[in-house]
Amino acid sequence: MLKMQDISKIYRTDLIETYALRKFSLEVTAGEFVAVTGPSGSGKTTFLNVAGLLEDFDSGSYQLDGTDVRALSDDARSRLRNQRIGFIFQSFNLIPDLNVQDNVEVPLRYRGLAAGDRRERIQSALELVGLASRARHVPAQLSGGQQQRVAIARAIAGDPAFLLADEPTGNLDSLMARQVMDLLEQINDMGTTILLVTHDPELARRAQRNVHLIDGQISDFRAYEPRAAGAGGTDALGAALA
Amino acid sequence: MLGYYLRLALRSFARTPGITALMVLAIALGIAVCVMTLTVFHAMSGNPIWWKSDRLYAVTMDNWDPNSPADKRRPDQPPPLMTYKDARYVAGSSVPLHKVIMYTVDATISGAGSVPLRTNTRMTTGDFFAMFEAPFLYGGGWSAAAEDPPQPVIVLSRETNEKLFGGANSVGRVLRWNDHEFRVVGILDYWFPRPRFYDLNGGSFSPPEDAFVPFAWGPALSLQSSGNTECWKPETINNEQDFLASDCVWIETWVELPDAATRERMQTVLDNYWAEQHRAGRFPRPRDNRLTDVGQWLRDMQVVDNDNRVLVGLAFAFLAVCLINTVGLLLAKFLNAAALTGVRRALGASRRQIFTQHLVEVAILAALGAALGCLLAVLGLAAVHHMYAAAHLGQRGGYQELTHFDTVGVAWAIVLALVATLAAGLYPAWRVGRTPPAVYLKSQ
Repeated sequence: MLKMQDISKIYRTDLIETYALRKFSLEVTAGEFVAVTGPSGSGKTTFLNVAGLLEDFDSGSYQLDGTDVRALSDDARSRLRNQRIGFIFQSFNLIPDLNVQDNVEVPLRYRGLAAGDRRERIQSALELVGLASRARHVPAQLSGGQQQRVAIARAIAGDPAFLLADEPTGNLDSLMARQVMDLLEQINDMGTTILLVTHDPELARRAQRNVHLIDGQISDFRAYEPRAAGAGGTDALGAALA
Repeated sequence: MLGYYLRLALRSFARTPGITALMVLAIALGIAVCVMTLTVFHAMSGNPIWWKSDRLYAVTMDNWDPNSPADKRRPDQPPPLMTYKDARYVAGSSVPLHKVIMYTVDATISGAGSVPLRTNTRMTTGDFFAMFEAPFLYGGGWSAAAEDPPQPVIVLSRETNEKLFGGANSVGRVLRWNDHEFRVVGILDYWFPRPRFYDLNGGSFSPPEDAFVPFAWGPALSLQSSGNTECWKPETINNEQDFLASDCVWIETWVELPDAATRERMQTVLDNYWAEQHRAGRFPRPRDNRLTDVGQWLRDMQVVDNDNRVLVGLAFAFLAVCLINTVGLLLAKFLNAAALTGVRRALGASRRQIFTQHLVEVAILAALGAALGCLLAVLGLAAVHHMYAAAHLGQRGGYQELTHFDTVGVAWAIVLALVATLAAGLYPAWRVGRTPPAVYLKSQ
C-alpha cells in the first residue's frame, strides 16, 4: 500500500549537504498502525512529509497504492493527497478564522464534493470525534484537545486510506493525549492505516509496529505487542462517516 | 470553487483590514491620476469629426519667405493660413464637394431691445455648416447665392440666440450686426467640437463662434481678422484692396473631397495654380501644396503638445509606483499567511488552486481599486473643472471643457485597474503557490 525503496532526501545549502533520509526503505500494509520514533533531527518529519507528498525526495522510489508518485504532476499529487491522505499536526494547524465546520470542510472543498455530501461528511466526522455541538465555534473557543479532535475530524472527513500524524499529542496534557490516542486507535480499528510520528515511547507502544529512525535511516525495528487487528476493514471508516 | 474563493478573499480582507485598505487606496490613487490625465489627454487628442476625417482637408500652400520658414519651430510646415487671393482661387474650384474659406472678426450684435453683445463672428462661406455638420436648432445656413453679392443673413449660436431672443425661434427676425441690419436664417444647436479643428488659432479648445456671416461681408466692410494675420515681406498696403492682394495669410481654407480621385484632382488644381503663380513671381519656396486630413492636421498643429504626453507618462509612472507598492504589500500579506496556505496544500489544494484563490483576492482588490479610483477621478476632474471655471468665470471653452468624466473614462478605469492590478498580483499569487508547505506546517 505504501512502499518506499531507498529514498534519500538531502537538504542543501551553499556549504553543506545534510541527509534527512538516507536510503530509507519502508513498506506499510493496509490497516497498519505504525509508529515512527527517533530523536530530534532523525528525519521523522521529513519521512512524514515525503510520505504525505508534501516534499519531493532526491532518489529512490515511492509507490502509494501502486502509483509511482515521482512521475505525478502537482495537480495529480495534490489530488492523491486530498483523496488518500489525512494529516494531523502537533500544532493542530486549524485555520483560525474559520469555524469548526468550515475547517473540516476544507479538504472536501478541494475534492469538489457537492454541498449536501460535504454537510453529511462534516456532520459524521464531528460526531465521531464528539464535537458535533461545536460546529459553529472558532478554534480559539476550543481547548487544545478539542482543537486536535477537530483536526482529526478534518483529516478523516474525506475518508482517507492513510492518516499521517506528526506528534499529535505533543501539545496536549496527558489526559487529552490519551483521548486523542484512543480516537486514533478507534479510527485505525475502522481500517485506516496510520503512520504516527512521535518521540514518546508510551505512544509508540500503542502502535502495532515501531520504526526507529536515526540520521535518516531505520536503525531498529521494535515490535510491541500488537493491538487487536482493525475489525472493520478498509471501508469501515467510510461506513462510519456515511 | 469561485464562490468559495470569493468567501476566502473576504475573510482575508477582514483578517487584515488595514493592509487591504492600503492596497485599495494605492491602486485607486494610481488609477485616479491616470484616468484624470488620460481623460484630458483623450479629449485633447480626440478627432471630433472622425467619421469624416478622411474627407475633410485643410488646404495650405507655402507662399512664405524663401529664406525662412513660416514657423521656425516647425520648419517642415507651410503656413496654416492662406492669402485672400489663394483662398478665393480654392473657393472658386468646382472640384471639391464642399469648400470653405473663413476667418473671424470681433463684432457687436444687438436686437430685440437687448443689450448689445460683443461677439466673435465667423465670416465664412455657406458650405461651413454642411461640411462640418454643425447642427441646427432652427432654420439653416445660407445658399451660395447669398454670397455674391453678400446678403445680410446671419446664423446665431444657441447661446447667442438665448441672450438676444430668450431662446425663441428667431429665424426671420432682424438684428443689427456691426450697425448693419441682418436677418436671422438659422440657429445652431449646442455644438462644441473639441478640439476646434477647423480653426486652431487662438485656442484649440475654444468654443465655436457666436455668429456666422457670409464671408464676402468681411472684405466688403473692411473687417480685419481677430485671429492671426501673418505677413512675411515688405509690401505697401494703403487700403483694403492692397491688403487683399498682399501675400499676408489670414484665411482658413477647407475642402471636402469624397474620394481619392477627387483628392488627386484637387492636388493637381493646387499644383497647377502654384506653377502659374510661381511663373508670375510668387511662391518663392519649393512647391509645398498640401491637402491635410483632420487627424494629420491636429498632429501637424501640435494640438496635444509634448507637455501633455509627458504628463501622461508621469501618470503611468505614478501608477507603476502604486502597483509596485501593491505588489510589495500583496507579497507581505500572502507570505505572512503562508502557514495557512501550507495547511491548504497539505489538505489537497494544488498550486493552481492556491494561485487561483489568491488571484481572485487580487481581482476583488482590483475591482475595489477601480471603483474607488473612478470615484477619486470624478472628484479630481470636478476639482480641476471648478479650478479652471473659477479662473475663467462666465466663459466657455478652455481646459475646463476637457474635464468631463465620460463613459470612455469609466471603461478606462475599470480595464486599467483590472489589467494592471491583476498583472501586479500575478507574481505574489504565483509566489505563494510555490511556497513549500512543509516548512510552515511544523512551525505554525
